[in-house]
Amino acid sequence: MENMRPEPPRRHWLRKLHRQRHIQVMALLGIAWIILFNYVPMYGIIIAFKDYRIIRTIAEAPWVGFEHFKAFFEDDNFVNVMKNTLGISLIKLIIGFPLPIIFALFLNEIRSLRYKKAIQTISYLPHFLSWVVLGGILTTWLADVGIINNILLALNLIKEPISYLAEPDYFWGIIITSDIWKELGWSAIIYLAAISSVSPDLYEAATIDGAGRFQKMWYVTLPSIKGTISILFILAVSGVLNSNFDQILVLRNALNESASNVIDIYVYQTGMLSGRFSYSTAVGLFKSVIALILLLIANSVTKKLNNTSLF
Amino acid sequence: MLSLNRKTKGEALFDLLNNIGMLLICFVTLYPIWYVVVNSLNEGVDGMRGGIYWWPRIFSFENYMGVFRNSGIMTAMGVTVAKTLLGTVLHVFFTAMVAYAFSRRELIGGKIYIFIGTVTLFFGGGLIPTYLLMKDLHLLDNFLVYIIPVMFSFFDLIIFMTFFREIPDGLEEAAEIDGANDWSIFVRIIIPVSMPVIATISLFHGVYQWNDYFTGVIYMNNMDLQPIQTYLYRVVAQSSSNQMVAQIPGGIGKTVTSQSLKLATMVVTTMPIVFVYPFLQRYFVKGMMIGSIKG
Repeated sequence: MENMRPEPPRRHWLRKLHRQRHIQVMALLGIAWIILFNYVPMYGIIIAFKDYRIIRTIAEAPWVGFEHFKAFFEDDNFVNVMKNTLGISLIKLIIGFPLPIIFALFLNEIRSLRYKKAIQTISYLPHFLSWVVLGGILTTWLADVGIINNILLALNLIKEPISYLAEPDYFWGIIITSDIWKELGWSAIIYLAAISSVSPDLYEAATIDGAGRFQKMWYVTLPSIKGTISILFILAVSGVLNSNFDQILVLRNALNESASNVIDIYVYQTGMLSGRFSYSTAVGLFKSVIALILLLIANSVTKKLNNTSLF
Repeated sequence: MLSLNRKTKGEALFDLLNNIGMLLICFVTLYPIWYVVVNSLNEGVDGMRGGIYWWPRIFSFENYMGVFRNSGIMTAMGVTVAKTLLGTVLHVFFTAMVAYAFSRRELIGGKIYIFIGTVTLFFGGGLIPTYLLMKDLHLLDNFLVYIIPVMFSFFDLIIFMTFFREIPDGLEEAAEIDGANDWSIFVRIIIPVSMPVIATISLFHGVYQWNDYFTGVIYMNNMDLQPIQTYLYRVVAQSSSNQMVAQIPGGIGKTVTSQSLKLATMVVTTMPIVFVYPFLQRYFVKGMMIGSIKG
C-alpha cells in the first residue's frame, strides 16, 4: 500500500463514491424508475381525499376529506361488494391454501422418479394458460350445449340445461374450482422443494419406530416444512384480496353480477368505465388498508404459533 | 416377517390408491385442454351439435386457416410477439442491472435504496392513480405502455440479487485487475454466469407479457395495437365473435363458426407457451426456490 495514513473521512467517502460511480448510475436508474412508476401513483392516492376531475391537475382539485369513503360505505353496492370480496377470498384461502400442500405430500410418496416428474410437468401446465384462454375453455364447458350439461342430462341428474355463468349461485364455485385447477401444481413446487430437503435420517428413525406412511407424513414431513407453510400463508393472506381480478373480469357478466362484483371489479367499473376517479381511488385505498391489516394479523399469528414471520 | 425391501399389504394399497389419485389429477388437468383442441379440429358447423369428446367427428383444418386469414387476429398476434420479445429482454436486462448494483455490498446508500424498493412490495397506487400517470406520460394508445411500466420489478430484483451475492467475488476482482469497469463486468462476467436465473425471470416475465390482457383493455383504444389476449378477451367476455368471422376474407367461412374460430384462436394463442416451457422447466424450479429464500 502506498498510503498507510488514514485519509480524512470526507475525502475518503467522496473517493469511494467516485470509484463506484458506474454502479451508482445503475442503482440510481433503478431508483428513478421506482420513484416514477411506484411512488408517483402513491402520491396520486391523495385524489381519494379530493374532488378530482380530469380537466384539472391533482394539486388544483379541492380537498373533500373522507367524503368519498363515506359515499362508498353508504352505497347500495357496499354490502354486496364486501360480501363477494371477503367470501371468495376466505373460501379460496380455506380450500385453496391447503390443497397444494396435500398434493405435494402425496406426490412425494410416488416412488418412480420419472413418473413423478411427468405428473409434475402436467400439473404445472395450466399455470401457463392465460385467464382469457381459460375463460374461453370454461364458457365452452359450461355452455347450454356444453359437456357439463351433456353429462348431467345423460345421467338424468338435471331435467334441462343450466346456464351456469348466468346463475349467481354457481359463480363462487366456478371461480374457486377453476383457480385451484389452474394453480394446484404450480403452488406445490415450493412445498416439494422444501420436502426434498428434509433429512432422510428422520424418515429412517420413524420407520424403525414403526411409523406408517401417513404417520411419517404427519409427524415428519409436515413439521419439517412448517416454516415454508407459514411464510406462504402470510403471503397468501396479504394477497388474497387482489388475486382474482383477471379471472373474474373474464367470467363476470350482467347476470351473475350479484356474485361477481368484488372490490377490484367495482374499482374498475366506477373508475375506468364511469369516470368517478376520486371515488374509485378511495374504494381502492380502502381495500389496501384491509389488505395491510390482514397482512399484519397473519404475520403476528404465525409468529406466535411457530416463530416464523415475514418481518 | 417384515423385510426391508418387501412392501406390506398396507403399503401396497397406499401406493395403489396414491397412483390412482395422481392419474386422476393428470386426467382432470389435461382433459379440458384436450377437449378444446379436439373441438377446434372439428368442422365448425358440425361442432355446434356438440358431443365431441375424444376425437374430431369431421376432421378439418378450416378453423385454423380461418385464424391465419383473419387480419385482426394476425395483427394482434404480431403485437403480442413484439411486446413479449422486446418486453422480456428489456425487463431482464434492466432489472438484472439494478439488482447487480444493489447486490454490491460497498454501494453507498444501498440500504436506503433497498428500503425504497421494499416499500413497493406492500404499497401501490392502485388502478386510477396509475392510469393517470400513464396518461400524463403519453403512454395511452402507445405500444411502449406494454414495455416501460413493467420494465422493472422489485420482486424479480430480489431473486437476481440473491443469485448475484452467491457469485464468488474473485471473479469480479480478476476482471477488475484486467482493467474492466463495472459496466463491462456486468455485461461480460455477471450475465454469462447467471444464465439459470436469467432463464427463470425470462420465463416468468415472458409468460406475463404473453398472457396479459388487462393492459390492452385499459390503455389501448387503437385496435391495431391490442395484443391477442385483449382481442380474445373482447371475444370471450363481450361476445363480439361475429366480428371475428367478418374479418376473414371470402372463400372460407361456410363451415367456420365464431365458436370454432374462437377455439382455434385459443389453441394458437397457447401453443408457443406450451412448447417453450418444458425446456425451461429445470430452470424455473430452481428460480422459485431462490425467490422463496427471501422470506
